[in-house]
Amino acid sequence: MAMMLEIALQGVQMFLVVLVAPLMFGVTRKVKARLLRRIGPPLIQPYRDLWKLMHKEAVLAHNASWVYRVAPYAAFAAIWVAAALVPTFATDLLFSWSADLIALVALLGCARFILALAGMDVGTAFGGIGASREMMIASLAEPAMLLVAFAVALVAGTTQLSTIAAIFVNVPVGLRVSLGLALFAFVFVAIAENARVPIDNPATHLELTMVHEAMVLEYSGRHLAMIEAAAAVKLVLYFSLVACLFFPFGMATTEKSALAIALGLATYLAKILVMAVLLPIGETSVAKMRVFRYPVFLGGAFAAGALAVFLLFVSKGF
Amino acid sequence: MMALLSALTPLNAVLLVPALAIPVLALVGNYRAGAIINVIACALTLAAGLSLLFAPRLRTDLLIIDDFNIYLVTLTTFVGFTTSVFSATYIAHEIEIGRLTPKYLRFYHAMYQAMMGSMNVALVANNTGLMWVGVEVATLSTVMMVGIYRTPEAIEAAWKYFILGSVGIALAFFGTILVYLAAQDVLGEGLPAMAWDALAANSAKFDARLLSLAFVFLLVGYGTKIGLAPFHAWLPDAHAEGPTPISAVLSGLLLNVALYALLRFKMVMAGNQATLDVGAVMMALGLVSLVFAGFMLYRRRDIKRMFAYSSIEHMGIATFAFGLGGPLANFAGLLHMTMHSLVKSAIFFAVGHIAQVKGTQRLADIGGLSVTHPVLAIGFALGVIAIAGMPPFGVFASEFMMVSSAFPRAPYATLVLVFGIVLSFGAMVLRMQEVLFGEPKGPRGPVKASYVPMFFHLALALVAGLWLPEPVVRWFRVVAAQLG
Amino acid sequence: MSPLAFDIAHLLAGGMLVLSFLLLYQDRITAVLNVFALQAIALSLSVAWQAVVQDAPHLIVTALIALVVKGLIIPGALHRIVRRLEIHREVEQVIGGGPTMLTGLGLVALSILLVQPVKQDVGILTREDLAFALAVILLGLLMMITRRNAVTQIVGFMSLENGLVLAATGARGMPLVVEFSVAFSILVAFIVFGVFLFRIRERFDSVDVGALDRFRGERRDQR
Repeated sequence: MAMMLEIALQGVQMFLVVLVAPLMFGVTRKVKARLLRRIGPPLIQPYRDLWKLMHKEAVLAHNASWVYRVAPYAAFAAIWVAAALVPTFATDLLFSWSADLIALVALLGCARFILALAGMDVGTAFGGIGASREMMIASLAEPAMLLVAFAVALVAGTTQLSTIAAIFVNVPVGLRVSLGLALFAFVFVAIAENARVPIDNPATHLELTMVHEAMVLEYSGRHLAMIEAAAAVKLVLYFSLVACLFFPFGMATTEKSALAIALGLATYLAKILVMAVLLPIGETSVAKMRVFRYPVFLGGAFAAGALAVFLLFVSKGF
Repeated sequence: MMALLSALTPLNAVLLVPALAIPVLALVGNYRAGAIINVIACALTLAAGLSLLFAPRLRTDLLIIDDFNIYLVTLTTFVGFTTSVFSATYIAHEIEIGRLTPKYLRFYHAMYQAMMGSMNVALVANNTGLMWVGVEVATLSTVMMVGIYRTPEAIEAAWKYFILGSVGIALAFFGTILVYLAAQDVLGEGLPAMAWDALAANSAKFDARLLSLAFVFLLVGYGTKIGLAPFHAWLPDAHAEGPTPISAVLSGLLLNVALYALLRFKMVMAGNQATLDVGAVMMALGLVSLVFAGFMLYRRRDIKRMFAYSSIEHMGIATFAFGLGGPLANFAGLLHMTMHSLVKSAIFFAVGHIAQVKGTQRLADIGGLSVTHPVLAIGFALGVIAIAGMPPFGVFASEFMMVSSAFPRAPYATLVLVFGIVLSFGAMVLRMQEVLFGEPKGPRGPVKASYVPMFFHLALALVAGLWLPEPVVRWFRVVAAQLG
Repeated sequence: MSPLAFDIAHLLAGGMLVLSFLLLYQDRITAVLNVFALQAIALSLSVAWQAVVQDAPHLIVTALIALVVKGLIIPGALHRIVRRLEIHREVEQVIGGGPTMLTGLGLVALSILLVQPVKQDVGILTREDLAFALAVILLGLLMMITRRNAVTQIVGFMSLENGLVLAATGARGMPLVVEFSVAFSILVAFIVFGVFLFRIRERFDSVDVGALDRFRGERRDQR
């Protein structure tokens, strides 16, 4: 019975992230539209888009290889697994032992690698340039991400997400400058990884500025649906990570009663909703950067991450 | 009234006379009166400094008089006095040729007293922080005087001196904080943990790593003020562009005060066996300064700048001697500091005369001095001979003592030392020849300023080279033993 | 000491270090001045907190000096200089932003390595303040070295000095701290005043200290 419950909880977590993802995407779009004094599409528009794309014919280039066809599914799968592992409403789920911060980074890296391969597969100019820029951003963001992981791991003593969240909920760690810096660095990384303004603009199809969109420009039909869904899940994944690492309050930890879980679910949804509202507000207040400024932007994230690690060394000792 | 008089101990007088003279000089509009008041104030300070020799030794939490600083106080007040005499005649000429205006002179004299007073504060302070404040104020007041001509070069020199000096002083302050932290566990919080005598007596119990870290900052910080080689960039400019009396006190006094500060900290370090080898670091920096300055001497075309490099060289030699340590080397170092003060200020007096009569500081435009101004030429020649380390002057005695005591203990370092001394000797003789002999160049006008301070200093250096009075020797020995 | 007291001290001191980095990160002079003002405010809060923690009311004076002089007056004066001299353009750097930041990180690591072995019983707060202060000092030096403009050099020096005040107040019961902060304020005022006094702009048409290099070495023009 206990086993059944654990499987059920893990299942809830797995499907929760997928189901809620398009909604969050819709929220960000809606808020952004309202900030620009437009009415914007309804909140459920992303679901409709996915549904529509699923039923459309997938057009393939003549010279597309199997990589091109497999990539959307593989990328979606990798991202979904990653998202299912991040603790959302409760810690210590069935598969939580595998939810390692570094493994998570690796899974996301896999998804990015597959999409970049697919982008170059057809051999058009846009796919190539999109893939190369995406990899550049990734190569700049990854060191910063790892430093964030180190900083958090130094405070909690582990890279295991579920344990980190449980420690942060139960043990007061105080006002740590380093955690603030890590959050700062992490937000920068998340913006870059999710192709948001100022690094990239998910809504653009302007040749010179698009990065992620250029890479997947050739896709259509169900393949595009998978890619869009993957992007939405990835956004929720990062929201969940922020919630789990830096704002873990309200999570069900040891006690798995119905009340605790309901509270966990409610706080989780509230947290990601707040972030989905804050993200477009931040996006509309800055302008998109030139490609040559990316290193400065992500360098700032790297510096913040490194500083976070250093500060922890001072106060904790070696 | 009696209470007032009894408060006027020599120690207080050394500090109060300059402090009172500052507002007076700032208010006196007539520059001749200002110069005279300046001389009188310096004479009073000198009298107080001399009477300190016979006053009982004393210590409070803030002030101290012991064997080490009393001799430097005497030297400082003495050179300060002779320089003020030189300055009074020199400055009058600067007004005549219009390089300075009476308004600036008011400022100049006030700053002169500010500098003398703050150097005395730095010397008699028994508190690391108070000494730091003294050195800072001395620096600020000299900065103001270096920039007094308002030419682009003078402004550059002042700005460079300002920025480098400020950074140096800031780093020295960090070192001071670290020393306090090291002492605080042992001596408790508050003033005693910053008092020299308490620090030196108890340093064996301090945290050695904290002390070592502190000394690195102190060396860089006060080393900037001393003008040791990698941190010397301000020194030649400040000497060359400021008024010559200021060059004389900069070289003769301020560098000594900075070295004194460093030596006080070295005494603290010496009490703790576990600190890093302070002596080796000082020896290395001293040799670097010596050899670097030796090479730089050959390329100089400005006479004041050249003697500024010579100051770097001699400070390097003294730092080397103190770094080597031991009674004989320390004795040599103390003697060298004293002799350098006397001779270098005498040389700057001579250079001031030369620059005034020739209207230039360019070596290429000065020549045949022995024909145009024979008396000045003799004074200059004696000064250069003395500073180059030739017998029978005191610099020779100190350098000889240094080499002979260093050779058995650090033969390779001594070779470098000798090489550096010979190198600068060559440069000095070469330049002296150009200035003294050859085609007479430039105007032949008479010298307006007084020769007395220059020859007086040289005579003292000569006497010291031939015969040191017994009490002075005994006294130097005591201090040398303290320095460890 | 209670964990909360420690956390607040840590937050404020760490905040100063972060602001030091932000100073290096800025490429506009007005932004540099604003960040500096923020750092001075962080310093004054930190000093005020030390006054509470150490039960040393005289430190409040230091905090007030930091707040009024360095948080308000000097940035205001420098803003005026910048406006008057029309130099609100970009900060001229000797070394580019990226290498500067990396060097800065290296310096922070160095200062931690230097302070880390210090005996444990000076207290974790003192030790941490010392590491932060040393890092702020070194970053201030780095800023002075990598910027060509006189105004940014001054800001670098003042940020260095902020580190010194942090160290001095962090050292428990250090006497004369208030006097030192006054002495430093005078020094800084002198420097700011110096920009006016030496009229670098009028002499050289720029506050770029590189213009001063023309006169390096020997004087060429003779009177």
